[in-house]
Amino acid sequence: MSLVVDLFLEFTLLAFVAFGGATALLPEMHRVVVDNHHWLDDTTFTHLYAIAQAAPGPNVLVVTLIGWKVAGLAGALAATLAMCLPMSVVIYLLYDRWESFAGKRWQRAIQIGVAPLAVGLVFSGAALIVQSAGLGWAAWVLVAFTVLINLRTNLHPLWLIALGAALGLLELV
Amino acid sequence: MLTAGAPDPLVKPDLKALFLGFSSVGLSGFGGVLPFARRMLVEERRWMTAEEFNAQLGLCQFLPGPNVVNLAVLVGKRQCGLAGAVVAPLGLLGGPMLIVLILGWLYDLYGNLPLAQSMLRGIAAVGCGLLFAMAWRMGMAIKDKWAFLPFTVLVVTAIAWLRWPMPLVMLAGLLLSGGLAYWRLGRR
Repeated sequence: MSLVVDLFLEFTLLAFVAFGGATALLPEMHRVVVDNHHWLDDTTFTHLYAIAQAAPGPNVLVVTLIGWKVAGLAGALAATLAMCLPMSVVIYLLYDRWESFAGKRWQRAIQIGVAPLAVGLVFSGAALIVQSAGLGWAAWVLVAFTVLINLRTNLHPLWLIALGAALGLLELV
Repeated sequence: MLTAGAPDPLVKPDLKALFLGFSSVGLSGFGGVLPFARRMLVEERRWMTAEEFNAQLGLCQFLPGPNVVNLAVLVGKRQCGLAGAVVAPLGLLGGPMLIVLILGWLYDLYGNLPLAQSMLRGIAAVGCGLLFAMAWRMGMAIKDKWAFLPFTVLVVTAIAWLRWPMPLVMLAGLLLSGGLAYWRLGRR
């Protein structure tokens, strides 16, 4: 039970710094879940991220999977709730005031200031998955190919994910 | 029939419509569902105008947390008050959570098989590529790259390399980067 409580508290803290959404949180979730608490190992963390990528739904569901793997169904619910609830409450209360501070200098400064930080977080998440997955040279080619196709074409990401799964099954990456 | 150019009347959903509408959004997207939320809210069901959507999304993106969950809370509150603010995110997350839990359960059962491990490694590689691409796109969207991209480098150094705790890094980063933005806004 205390594991579920720990999970809930850790993810509540994370919810307050999740600028850029759950994707930007990958490095910090890894630090908390793998490095600090040793709830999961590197490989499992990478696998959970891969499963979340292949499943439909908002990015936040990687949190559900991590919770599930750490503490079962209760863990899944606790982690998801902790991630979503704090800002849901804040946004519910702020809703009527948003008009009055939207566009103010400090509001725009925060919005502009957060953007480059979020880019760094997402980039760090990608670098971290690369490290944890222990990719060989063929996988690097696949990473580069994915970046190129995703930036240059409108191909649905699901096709790339299917390609990755197929190449994996064939032991090519 | 409405004549071309005349704005279609907005529709006000009840709780059931909120739940089902956001369920369809949650289940339709892979790797982010925000574009699907926009299509459902503005174009398909016409619960809000494009301008209203942009304004509300502004608040969702201003605050931390999963943007699309925040959006569901806002739309739910706007349409049906507190009950709506609870029902809309439940609809958004319920279906996908069920799927993800079934996948998690399958992973518990079969995750140790070499075949499953190989497949997940392939998917993870693609997932990395999608993340790098996303970071690139976000970076390109920043105005004044010379002023603000150095903060991106600082974050990567602190988080990916030094492994510092993110709450501290974000707080310090926000003070520096937000401070610079505040100063520059004042000069114009």
